[in-house]
Parts: sequence; structure tokens; C-alpha cells
Amino acid sequence: MAGNREFFNRRLHSLLGVIPIGLFLIQHLVVNHFATGGEESFNKAAGFMEHLPFRIILETFIIFLPILFHAIYGLYIAFTAKNNASRFGFFRNWMFLLQRVTGVITLIFIVWHVWQTRVQAAFGAEVNFQMMENILSNPFMLWFYIICVVSAIFHFANGLWSFCVSWGITISPRSQLISTYVTMGIFVALSIVGIRAIFAFV
Amino acid sequence: MSDKKTVRFIITRQDNPDSAPYQQEFELDYRPNMNVISALMEIRRNPVDVKGNQTAPVSWDMNCLEEVCGACSMVINGKPRQSCTALVDQLEQPIRLEPMRTFPVVRDLQVDRSRMFDSLKKVKAWIPIDGTYDLGPGPRMPEPKRQWAYELSKCMTCGVCLEACPNVNSKTNFMGPAVFNQVRLFNAHPTGAMNKAERLNAFMDDGGMQGCGNSQNCVQSCPKGIPITTSIAAVNRDATLQSFKNFFGSDQV
Repeated sequence: MAGNREFFNRRLHSLLGVIPIGLFLIQHLVVNHFATGGEESFNKAAGFMEHLPFRIILETFIIFLPILFHAIYGLYIAFTAKNNASRFGFFRNWMFLLQRVTGVITLIFIVWHVWQTRVQAAFGAEVNFQMMENILSNPFMLWFYIICVVSAIFHFANGLWSFCVSWGITISPRSQLISTYVTMGIFVALSIVGIRAIFAFV
Repeated sequence: MSDKKTVRFIITRQDNPDSAPYQQEFELDYRPNMNVISALMEIRRNPVDVKGNQTAPVSWDMNCLEEVCGACSMVINGKPRQSCTALVDQLEQPIRLEPMRTFPVVRDLQVDRSRMFDSLKKVKAWIPIDGTYDLGPGPRMPEPKRQWAYELSKCMTCGVCLEACPNVNSKTNFMGPAVFNQVRLFNAHPTGAMNKAERLNAFMDDGGMQGCGNSQNCVQSCPKGIPITTSIAAVNRDATLQSFKNFFGSDQV
């Protein structure tokens, strides 16, 4: 017995991507979407999240630690692949490559985004509509946010598909095909939510 | 018909396991119904490259010549496949032959596929019936299930799925797609099912099944049309249940 730590890590990585990180992503995008209702509506929603009781504990166990594990182990997975989409240009192989590319983009984005918002908040800045309006008034930042938010959503949606395969939920080719359609539907729907919220700040 | 039709080959050669690979070009007279192996035999008969240099005959593996043994697999025009069923008439020229680099190259187009056989030993991809006394007849297998299992049993351990997989490489110890299919095949057999947990636990060990990243190149590349990705997901489900049994402690075997 060589031990099965790798098996555990892989499955944990797959699970954390959906619960809690995927759920957190949806919640975050939905709260952002309050921005489409105006400054006051967004500040009220963001304020509610900010003043949840036990915030530090919730953040640590639902957001920071799961993302940290998912990111570090994910980088290891991404860089042990030898991508060959140019030789084997099958649809799923491209998705495999995109999953790794969007994962790395998302990690870079999260580091930046946490620095720009959560860390600044810890230093005393207030996270509100005004803050996002200032950030997104820079056209470079606007495009950076659009690309990265779409990347993160793709990584989540396609990750849901591979979660279903990795845990043995979708086995038959037909169920895998239909879950491709469903997860890509989720990708489009969440992208609309995410991009609408970004443009609400512009 | 004055011009004689010819066939051009660009072959990646390597003199020994540690030396650098290099390319050599050959031109042969066309004959109807040639396959890559008959062309390689022709080169062996007269190992002279296009520049007229005398060279060593190209080394490659072959055995059955009817795509059931898997020995003659190589990368032909960028695609891993068996050279016995690679018909010259259906290939774009020049025909490029390379070894399957996922495996250690022994010489020229010949590779060492031992890692696949080692994996099969680790996951006990057989049905243990040997003993010191007659065990009597085993449980019967229903005919529809036998026909279904026959499709899985077509795997010839040729290595094409490992060559196509982005996650089988020197940076990982992933056993590769073919093993999932063998585990599923032997777990499905009524006698083989008696060792199902043992097989799954061995496969769940480090350096076993974890490396799959669902690029699904394997199922697209398999020369025998085996539903490998279905086998992967099926074994994933069995492994999920086995891991729950192992941890939460219901009957483990």
C-alpha cells in the first residue's frame, strides 16, 4: 500500500471547487448584481455581507482556506499536464486546456482583487460602490475585470462538468454530453450576471 | 506511365535509449496495398536513405499484423496508431514516423511499454482462480453482459491512449486511461467481482487513478473503439463508494 493521499487530495480539490468555492462565487456575483439597482442598493447588500456575524470565521473557512488549497493544488495539477491540443484538437481536450488557463488567470485575478478590496478594507478603506467605481474607471482595469470574471465563471462551470465525471455522477456519454450543455448554459447565464454588474459601476 | 510512383518516409531515429533522436528520409517504389510495416520491411531490405547513404535498418516492434496485439504502435503523421493497419494509400506524404515518446525509446520506433504491464500487475487485472484444489465452476455470466464485457476486453495494451493523454508524462505517475478499463472489466466479471475492493484499493493508491483530467483524448484515439471515458467515470463512481466504505466503515470487501 503506497497510501492514498493523492486520491484524497484530488477528490478534496474537486469537491472544494464546487462546495464552498462555487457557491461562494455565485453568491458574490449575485450580491454584485445589486449594483444594477444603483449605488444605494449595492451598498446596502455589500453592507449586509460585511456585517454578518462571525465574518472572519466564515471568510476563513468558506473562502480563504478552500481557495488556498484549491489554488495551490490546482497549480500543481495545471503544471503537471503536458498540453497537446495542437496535436489532438478534440473539443474536450480544448476544454481541458482552457480549464487550466482560466484557472491560472483566475488565481492571478483573485490575488489582485483581494489585495485591491479585502486587504485595503483591513487597512481601513471602505468597500463600497465608490471604490469599485474608482477601480473600474480605468479602462485597463475594466477589461482586466471583464476577462478575469468570465475566466472564473468558465472555470467554475466547466469544473462542474468534470466534478460530475470525477465523482462518477455522469458516466454515460449521453449524460456527459447533456451536462456539457447544462454547464455551458450556467457559464453563459452567470457571465451575463457578472458582466452586467461590472458595467453597473461604469 | 513513364514516371515511377514513389513513397516518401521521414523517420525519427534514435540509436540507443540515451542518444539524441534525428530524422532520416527514405524513398521507396510504390506498390499497391502497401502498409507502413511492408514499407519498413522494404527499407530493411535496402537501408539506403534519399541521399544515398547506407544506414542501419530501422528498428520497430511488430507481431500479429492484424491490429490485435498492439506491438507495432507508433506515431504516424502525428497520430498514434498501429503501423500494421496504417495503409500507405490513405496517408498524406511524406509519411512521418515517430516513436511514442510517452514511453522510453529503445531504438528508432521501438518503445518499452513495460509501465503498462506493471500497472496491470499493481491493480490485479486478472481473475485469481489458481489454487491447490479444484474450486468447481464459478458463477455464470449472463450472455448480454458477456457481450458487453467483450467490448472492454478488446484492449490490447497498445499504449495509444497513454500517448494521447496530456496527463501521462514524466511529471506525473498516473497509470493512464487503459487501466481504468481493465479494472472495470475484471470487476464486472462474476468471479473477478470477488476481488473488486482489492482491485479498487490498489488503483486508488498513489500513482494510480488520480491523474485523469478528463481531456478525453483516450476515447477519441483508441483504435479498438473502447468506451474508455465511460470506464473512467464508472471506476470513479466505484472508487467514490469504496472510499466512503473505507472511511465510514461499512463492509469493506
